Amino acid sequence: MTPPLLSAPLLSAPLLSVRDLTVTFRAEGRTQAAVDRVGFDVAAGEVLGIVGESGSGKSVTALAVMGLLPANGRVASGEILFEGTDLLRLPARKMRDLRGRRIGMIFQEPMTSLNPVFTIGDQIVETIVHHERLGRRAARERAVDMLARVGIPSARRRLDDYPHQMSGGMRQRVMIAMALACSPRLLLADEPTTALDVTIQAQLLDLLNDLRREFGMAVVVITHNMGVIAEFADRVAVFYAGRVAEEAPVEPLFDRPAHPYTRGLLASTPRLDADAERLVTIPGAMPNIAAPPPGCRFAPRCGVKVEACEADRPPLVAVGDGHRAACIRAGEAAA
Amino acid sequence: MSAADLAGRPGLLARLTPGPAVRRLLRNRAFVAGLLLFGTVAILALLAPWISPTDPNRMAVRFRFREPSWDFPFGTDNLGRNMVSRVLWGGRLSLEIGLWVVMLNAVFGVVLGAAAGYFRRLDGPLMRIADALMAFPAVLLAIGIAAALGPSVATVVIALSVVYVPRTARVLRASVMVVREQDYVQAARAAGAGDGRILFRHILPNCMAPLIVQLSFVFAYAILSEAVLSFLGLGAAPTTPSWGILIAEGRSYIREAAWLTVVPGVAIATTVLGLNLLGDGLRDVLDPRLKVDA
Repeated sequence: MTPPLLSAPLLSAPLLSVRDLTVTFRAEGRTQAAVDRVGFDVAAGEVLGIVGESGSGKSVTALAVMGLLPANGRVASGEILFEGTDLLRLPARKMRDLRGRRIGMIFQEPMTSLNPVFTIGDQIVETIVHHERLGRRAARERAVDMLARVGIPSARRRLDDYPHQMSGGMRQRVMIAMALACSPRLLLADEPTTALDVTIQAQLLDLLNDLRREFGMAVVVITHNMGVIAEFADRVAVFYAGRVAEEAPVEPLFDRPAHPYTRGLLASTPRLDADAERLVTIPGAMPNIAAPPPGCRFAPRCGVKVEACEADRPPLVAVGDGHRAACIRAGEAAA
Repeated sequence: MSAADLAGRPGLLARLTPGPAVRRLLRNRAFVAGLLLFGTVAILALLAPWISPTDPNRMAVRFRFREPSWDFPFGTDNLGRNMVSRVLWGGRLSLEIGLWVVMLNAVFGVVLGAAAGYFRRLDGPLMRIADALMAFPAVLLAIGIAAALGPSVATVVIALSVVYVPRTARVLRASVMVVREQDYVQAARAAGAGDGRILFRHILPNCMAPLIVQLSFVFAYAILSEAVLSFLGLGAAPTTPSWGILIAEGRSYIREAAWLTVVPGVAIATTVLGLNLLGDGLRDVLDPRLKVDA
């Protein structure tokens, strides 16, 4: 993929701007921050990849944007600006209207993300009718069109299929059709290909790429798979233990990772071109978010840490054009 | 959704043709046996006005205490009334009461169970009330309510509903709590669905299997408990013979004319056995834990 024009989207106001977002969870009487003052922007039509391990806060961030945090989670501070309005201040009714119409979301598990007792057609039609003044017949036509566009053969006939009559890949296509049925401006894709086998993964990424161009929508793709990022994203935010460790356009991130965690992540991705006996791993495990280390949260596992790392939270510092890293040694590393 | 809408909806025909669940049910022996037993009883009771040899209350003193014979297959009672007619009509009343209890359970059990399972704020209060009601032995509670309200068919229905609705609500609450966390509910929310749509379209239809199973058992218990209440004199007025009343009336003559209690007793046992087998079969087939394919 050609590198995106970084300056162009940055000139206008971003479509989605998450600022200083902190999400806390209450568990066993204690409150802990799963997401700690996270910020990023998504320009219209752009694909932002969010990478990180399980528990790094990437899914929680997406759920916070959708206003769908579980009952024990809440946004403690921050702003989520979508087309200039703060979603956190939006009344529940307005937020509901936004979901599915302006912001779509697809989930990791295509096998369980469709209601087993209704046909897929019913489920797509339901979403369309819910959001738009459209008769059932017209909505059905739109649903057929959507199924065809996500590459489901003989769409008209499959419309009356129940989810259990379809494979995982097909179901994920249905989920995409449903999420895009009302032409949202933003699509949140939470591990959209993780549950699928590799050949289907590639097909789906191609499909998503075509569709986002066709619909001119922005995508936030959440994944732990660097391959998905390389293939699909324009820009990347690397999450670690509830914080943004590094943010950069795809190519600089892969070529000149500035944060030691990103370097570790890239080094531990298997490559076909390298002749390695074993994979490099990052020693240790992600810290317990209930009792995070002071200062940089990666410090306990970091090979290049200095004393200052354990004192204060490292700020995100610019190390290149649109490239920022939360590491006090980022400047030396990038140089 | 209007009827025209429904008719114009493709796929309706496909919905009405027996699906895999129905075919699996028909292969389940318990279900088929239960269906046959209960079906026979229900059809006979339904047809009582047409197939009864006499009016159930027509007395004929010269035929008192006739043993079961060709003329009187189930014998006659102390007033010479034909037990065939009385058992058939009694079945009508017993099944009618059972059906009312099932319907009230379906309505109130679903409403309360869904509310408790879906809205966390309502869960505590509703379930404490249910716990309180369930702390009483079922029959004792029913007796208390029936005694307070005075004997009538409505009393029995109300008493049995108060006893069984909390149980049904509990079953439904549990299923709602499970379904509430399913990915497709989250997906529906992400598509902009509100609470009502989530609950009625996405959660409740997926809770039907345990509800149907539960209701089949409630039906059986209601018929049994109705007999107990009637036997104790808290049921319908004695002119309308329910099975429980028939047993109560026959009790005084149990040594001389055992058929007066045995015949309605067998009727109750057959019905309850049929319903229980039916419920077991339904549970085996519909219980999601046993669903391996799909």
